[in-house]
Amino acid sequence: MRFLFKTDYEDDIRLFPHSGYVVSYGVLLAVLLIAPYVLSSYLMSQLVFVCIYATVGVALLILTGFTGQASLGHAAFLAIGAYTAAYLQKYNVPFPVYFLVAGALTGLIGAIVGFPALRLQGIYLVIATISFAFIVEEILARWESVTNGNEGMRVKALSLLGVTVSRDSPTFYFLCLAVLVLTIVGTLNLLRSPTGRAFVAIRDSETAARSMGVNVALYKVKSFAISAAITGFAGVLFAHKLSFISPEMFTLQLSIEFIIVILIGGTFSLHGAVLGAIFIVMIDPFLTYLKDDLPGIIAGIAATFGAGTQSAANIHSKVAAFASLNGLKGAIYGLIIVLFVLFEPLGLYGRWLKIKLFFQLFPLYKRATFKRQKIYVKSERNR
Amino acid sequence: MSYFRAENLSLHFGGLKAVDAVSFAIEKGEILSIIGPNGAGKSSIFNLISRIYRPTSGRMFFEDQDITEQPPYDIARLGIARTFQNIELFENATVLSNLLVGRHRHSTTQLWQELLFLPSVRANEKVHRRRVEQVIEFLDLEPYRDKLISGLPYGVRKVIELARALCSEPKLILLDEPSSGLNVEETDDMSFWIRDLKNELGITVLMVEHDMSLVNRVSDRVIALNYGRVLAMGSPAEVQQHPDVVAAYLGA
Repeated sequence: MRFLFKTDYEDDIRLFPHSGYVVSYGVLLAVLLIAPYVLSSYLMSQLVFVCIYATVGVALLILTGFTGQASLGHAAFLAIGAYTAAYLQKYNVPFPVYFLVAGALTGLIGAIVGFPALRLQGIYLVIATISFAFIVEEILARWESVTNGNEGMRVKALSLLGVTVSRDSPTFYFLCLAVLVLTIVGTLNLLRSPTGRAFVAIRDSETAARSMGVNVALYKVKSFAISAAITGFAGVLFAHKLSFISPEMFTLQLSIEFIIVILIGGTFSLHGAVLGAIFIVMIDPFLTYLKDDLPGIIAGIAATFGAGTQSAANIHSKVAAFASLNGLKGAIYGLIIVLFVLFEPLGLYGRWLKIKLFFQLFPLYKRATFKRQKIYVKSERNR
Repeated sequence: MSYFRAENLSLHFGGLKAVDAVSFAIEKGEILSIIGPNGAGKSSIFNLISRIYRPTSGRMFFEDQDITEQPPYDIARLGIARTFQNIELFENATVLSNLLVGRHRHSTTQLWQELLFLPSVRANEKVHRRRVEQVIEFLDLEPYRDKLISGLPYGVRKVIELARALCSEPKLILLDEPSSGLNVEETDDMSFWIRDLKNELGITVLMVEHDMSLVNRVSDRVIALNYGRVLAMGSPAEVQQHPDVVAAYLGA
């Protein structure tokens, strides 16, 4: 185990507390850089989605994890970014321009959505953001002159500096990775400066934040705007990756997926957004695999335990029917959320920290280390 | 002209007069205590000064500036810091970042500078951290620097609240029951620190307190309240002997 002796204020400020971090993140970056030349095109495509989901996850973490303002409207922000890109592309606006415009516009709309948040708390805010998402979805379906309505819009491959970058090329992956890394670094910078601390202060006690000189309204709007802008950037990449966008892609289920990203990853650290993104992107192929293979496996097991051919086939068709039920995916997502909230509230990253600590303290690890105890319960809070 | 002045300050909730035409003044560099039975309106006065409540009528002046209409976050910027009776710390953050929030009124950097973490932001951060470190040393909080608030005992949290208020380098500090929930030794420490606030740091103190021994030890002047009205004002001994105060505490 390594003991850090802090001799300078710089020790608390720097991004990598010690050389070990530099080495491990360096290795990770190297692996990510050679990935497109090693992995199959399917896995590469999944990795691009991980980057996009993780970017949205970081955006949602800023708002929900650090500022404490829940949002179920991030699919709408993603849609605004994606549609801005698709619309501007029709008029031959170059990629860097519409990329920035999409982010700025989404940020502006995020700020506007932030205003009702000044008066709403908890579940009411969630409802407000859901209604915002529905409004956006409806606008996308009805405003046919711009969005092409339910027919959706085709998104051409992006061209960067005159070179066409196909959505399956390594360059597109590097672009997504760069956006993710820049988002993470920017967020970390924010968190170690006054704005980030003001966000956390608002999350934990608005009254105290106010009496310390934090303009709560301003910082809530800032948090909404930043979160929305990042999601808008991710939306542009999302549109290019899918090459076709339509309103039914940006439904409530997508917003819930983003919530799952941070809930499963862990809401207290940016690592959580990335781990959660990996989880949510990888669960889809896993579910498809189950859907295709589970009936066969179960029928096979039944057959080995002496079920006749007839009844094995019967079981096969019943399981297959169950596995392809409508809405099963949503139910599984719901189950995952419930199980995580009950048994792993700190998420995957929290689990990772526990495993790490276990090995660091090897024979001395105590299970109660991560137990949160309520020593003092607040009686009245002036909100 | 006095340092802080409240004129006919009133706070009514419907028919209930929580604070009723209270006038008082604080001189620069003094420790003024407000005492009174439960529900006398002591904490309400604090919440009026820090603008959590809007006064029904009356005016407040700080350094000859009318602060009655200032938004709550501007009160801290003027140099008035406060602590809370029911600790309001940022639970899921470390002690250090709690104290750094106290420095918020001194932050000058813009959002875009912070996103890039420009050298100016870095330099500012170091100044903030140096100041915070001085407060940590003043209040002996070294062992808790990197601990999460949620894991700390009540007595320590109480001190951290004081520390967070001090980090904003206030001119006037409002202490809402600094000794509630503290044991005898902790109360002793608190009384020394409150004296030090005045003598070493030159901060003016307005304090709400129930513990009369602490009030007697540290206060220069005392105001006694009951039902939102001022009963008596003067030195600790005078106020305690005042017949109205005795009646309010013991019954007529």
